[in-house]
Amino acid sequence: MKLKLITAVTAAIVAAAPAMAELTFTALSYRTGPYAANGIPFADGYQDYFTLLNERDGGIGGEPVNLIECETGYNTEKGVECYESTKGSGALVYQPLSTGITYQLIPKATADGIPVHSMGYGRTSAKNGEVFRNIFNYPANYWDGASVGIKHLLDINGGDISGKKVALVYHNSAYGKEPIRTLEELAKKHGYELTLLPVDHPGQEQKSQWLQIRRDKPDYVLMWGWGVMNQVAIQEAVNIRYPMENFIGIWWSGSENDVLPAGDGANGYKALTFHATGANYPLFDDIKTHVVDKGKAAGAGDQIGTALYNRGLYAAMLAAEAAKTAQGIHNTTALTPAQMRDGMENLEITEAKMTELGLPGFGPSFKVSCQNHGGDGLVAVVQWDYASKSWNMISDFQQSDQDILNPLIAEDSAAYAAEANITPGCN
Amino acid sequence: MPDQLLYAIEVTLNGLMAGVLYALVALGFVLIYKASGIFNYAQGVMALFSAATLVGIMNGDVPFSHLINAILGTDIHHFGWHVPAILAILLTMGVMIFLAWAVNRFVFKHLVNQEPIILFMATIGLAYFLEGLSDMMWGGDIKKLDVGLPQGINETIDEVTFNLFGYGFFIDNLDIVAAVVAVILVIALTLYSQYSKQGRALRAVADDHQAALSVGISLNYIWILVWSIAGFVALVAGIMWGAKSGVQFSLSLIALKALPVLMLGGFTSIPGAIVGGLIIGVGEKLFEFTLGGMMGGATENWFAYVLALIFLVFRPQGLFGEKIIERV
Repeated sequence: MKLKLITAVTAAIVAAAPAMAELTFTALSYRTGPYAANGIPFADGYQDYFTLLNERDGGIGGEPVNLIECETGYNTEKGVECYESTKGSGALVYQPLSTGITYQLIPKATADGIPVHSMGYGRTSAKNGEVFRNIFNYPANYWDGASVGIKHLLDINGGDISGKKVALVYHNSAYGKEPIRTLEELAKKHGYELTLLPVDHPGQEQKSQWLQIRRDKPDYVLMWGWGVMNQVAIQEAVNIRYPMENFIGIWWSGSENDVLPAGDGANGYKALTFHATGANYPLFDDIKTHVVDKGKAAGAGDQIGTALYNRGLYAAMLAAEAAKTAQGIHNTTALTPAQMRDGMENLEITEAKMTELGLPGFGPSFKVSCQNHGGDGLVAVVQWDYASKSWNMISDFQQSDQDILNPLIAEDSAAYAAEANITPGCN
Repeated sequence: MPDQLLYAIEVTLNGLMAGVLYALVALGFVLIYKASGIFNYAQGVMALFSAATLVGIMNGDVPFSHLINAILGTDIHHFGWHVPAILAILLTMGVMIFLAWAVNRFVFKHLVNQEPIILFMATIGLAYFLEGLSDMMWGGDIKKLDVGLPQGINETIDEVTFNLFGYGFFIDNLDIVAAVVAVILVIALTLYSQYSKQGRALRAVADDHQAALSVGISLNYIWILVWSIAGFVALVAGIMWGAKSGVQFSLSLIALKALPVLMLGGFTSIPGAIVGGLIIGVGEKLFEFTLGGMMGGATENWFAYVLALIFLVFRPQGLFGEKIIERV
């Protein structure tokens, strides 16, 4: 009799309670291995934002967030293993955090119907959503970075850089070679002379490249580096007394880790970015109250406000906003990966929304669509200030040269469509 | 003098300096191989571990602080003091001697008379263990290493060469220091291994473990001694390379730079490590300078191995290596 009563009460409670479903997000992070120093702050920022949503808001749309972290060590094979072992968990979106892993996941995730967000890395032409239906790379890609880097040079040269020498020091890999085509096209348009200086992995020895820079005296040096290559390049630039204000790195060459080892010599070094740095935003007060002070921070709390922590936090924020958009579109709080994809494809980030989230001016406004999975290509320039040990934003978010980039994206995505037998379209 | 010739001289000088840095890493391999026949895969990680320990001690960091805080719920990271560089180097050397003892006590003592491949595999395990230990003790962040070494262009060389040729050569002060340190190290180690009682014992152990034991040489003592010396060489290499790039995981990858040097110079010769380093350093830099542009650049990594392989065709034991003749 007692058992029957308990069963009846339990059944009644279950029937009366609203359906609770966790929203599962995955973090393919690398807290170990050669790039751990960069992977840790990103992973902390990503995790802390979801912890904040759970602690402060009870999740997203009332659904708690379940974050599954899988360690890749920045190794492509391990990254694919992580994907295979977690995709059955109902993961709504993958942030591979590696160009190599992204390339592997493009066909897999497309076949599985799970969206991938490669924010500021991965295959640039994934911006064409008609070909890459499940891949998103908003708000900016490498070609946007290259274009805005050149725009910055135009800005500081009164709009004319014809005859100037620009050197690209790049990681000799698919990632490092990404901006070359764009920079070559822009060189034809603006008349600058481009020199290419590849650096082999891992980049601990770059004497040849910097001796050449010392001999050739390029007016500007752009860098597409990663890991130890960044620190060595900046130190070598200091050694040959290259003017730091003429040295500009892509966002993966623009963290505190890259400039601090060179000390005051790195003062004035510039980097491209698609989000702000520092912790001077209302949202960070909430992070402190609801996450750090409760002892729920992912790390020691010493990375908050750094470039890479903020990038992880920004990625999580964009994922959460896409989930909210998906909940609105499908009128449900429990989401499937397909619904999440719809949310990502209809994501719109406005300054009003950023202010509402406690991040005014933190990132660019942009709108995603079926045709455009990459946002509007808005990128800003920051400059390292050694005295305050901080990055200062020295430009607004400005749009890349769409006239140059759109044909390149159309060409590359068409090649992929032909190779993968994809019929481009939105249906 | 034509500009291209001046540039070539500058590249050659920088190649020599880079070669010295490669040789510093190779030396550690040679020492252990000479004394125990072990190819120590962990030598690069030892450089990382020693440099991270040095920075940790200098900054007064609490070792294992993340682990301690996670278990005990505390929030301790620093002791609140800074240790002078010299004292920190001595303390780090103490840690490396302890590591040498531990490696011998817990790993190699149990592997006496095993096949070389078994010993090699053990060093692979040791490398992974040390990577994790280094991360756990001192964290995975990139640390600035400042032991007061000069860095940047040498003004004197720049001025003198400018006055002579109208073009100032770039030589990094840190590379000059590394060259001086390497020369001192090689002379000291050569004298030690050739003329001291322990040095002769080292070579006896290298030739035959059991024969050395039979004449009363303590294998235990010799192995701890040689791993301690290799630890010291790793610390020197870690300081030189760490000063260039900050102390970080990638320091462990400098071993990749030592392999072609060892192939060329021979695994058993201390002077061979230096000569091999210089040949590799100059060869790869000159190749990059002269033909690199035509091949798309970034030729140094693979060219070092090609150069070593060419030498191997003519001298399989390396330039200074011992020719091994085994009679059946």
